[in-house]
Amino acid sequence: MSLATGLLRRQLLLAARRPAQVLSPLIFFAMVVMLFPLGLGPDPRQLAEFAPGVFWIIALLSTLMAAEDMFRSDYEDGSLEQLVLMPSPLFISCLVYAFAHWLLTGLPLLLMAPLFALMLQMPTSALGVLLVSLMLGTAVLSLVSSIGAALTVSVRRGGVLLSLLVLPLYVPVLIFGSGAVAAAADGLSAQAHLLILAGMLSLAVALAPFACAAGVRISVDAG
Amino acid sequence: MAALLSVANLNLERGGRSLFRDFSLSIERGELVQLAGENGTGKTTLLRYLAGLSSHSGAGELVRSECSQLYLGHKPAVKTLLSPRENLQWYCQGFGFSEEKIDSALELVGLYGYEEVASRTLSAGQLRRVALARVFLGDADLYLLDEPFTSIDARGVALLSAHLSERVNAGAAVVCTSHQPIPVDIPLRRVELGESV
Repeated sequence: MSLATGLLRRQLLLAARRPAQVLSPLIFFAMVVMLFPLGLGPDPRQLAEFAPGVFWIIALLSTLMAAEDMFRSDYEDGSLEQLVLMPSPLFISCLVYAFAHWLLTGLPLLLMAPLFALMLQMPTSALGVLLVSLMLGTAVLSLVSSIGAALTVSVRRGGVLLSLLVLPLYVPVLIFGSGAVAAAADGLSAQAHLLILAGMLSLAVALAPFACAAGVRISVDAG
Repeated sequence: MAALLSVANLNLERGGRSLFRDFSLSIERGELVQLAGENGTGKTTLLRYLAGLSSHSGAGELVRSECSQLYLGHKPAVKTLLSPRENLQWYCQGFGFSEEKIDSALELVGLYGYEEVASRTLSAGQLRRVALARVFLGDADLYLLDEPFTSIDARGVALLSAHLSERVNAGAAVVCTSHQPIPVDIPLRRVELGESV
């Protein structure tokens, strides 16, 4: 396990040395949330109606923003080659990359979510469900993004390709994530939505690291 | 003794151009092999293939025995945001080397006093030395080094070639790509690329 903890420490250290990169998705999120009342009008009822969908779409886009850089610098400076050659299984390293990505994009979003929910006039009764759905959903998004990022890292300007690859896979998360929050806001039970999200997370944890590892091998081979 | 690494009937191409056709090479313990040839003859491609970085399934028959391998590629694999010590720490953890040797390895490559500085402030030659310090971190059975002698000074060349000679005498195998002659006083096998095609 020493490689996994060492790798996680390295990823967080790299992020700490480049705080702008960590903050930019969060600032993007805050800006878009602030734009919505301006575009839709300040009517609290109307805002609250759109809030769950808006919230999840922005969460999706800010995750995607950070995903492109997941393997980029390691590919360019050759660290990814060494990672592939390390004796421990590559899928564990991939899991660590996805976890670090979640810690740096999903978790800050989770922490800021109550504030953003307030700005979108979301009923406070839905806040608990929003946080749980975000926790499950952003973790799925990070894992899915790791596959796309690994596959497109050797492609010059692979951002568009990455979006095309992973956005369709984001859709179920969007549907059940915003569904859960909308149900809770209407005073209904969100249990079914949350359980499906938890199921998706289990599936992603079990399968995404292997797909990501295969992607990394293909990309390193191409370089 | 069985070969550490052997490849037979290798057909490799790059960008649609055939580099090797029916190429065979066998590397045994205690051997120093230089892959020589002009630019574009496939030295790096071959080394990456031997290291197991390129799959090229069906390109040839690669047989490697169970051994520890150290690969030093064309790209330095040094993170400029991390200090030299932090760079090597991660490397040690990944390959299971002891972290105690990091300071002495950095001192050997002439980076004493630079352990904690951000690597982006180092010169290109110094970055190359951080990458090179890996060779001194632990003992591997098989060294695959891509142009290890470029952009380091005479003292560094002497130090590295002495260390590699010592490892070869201890039973390790070293494969280097280089167009220049390698300054060692042990037997050297030169594999000239680019003539067979």
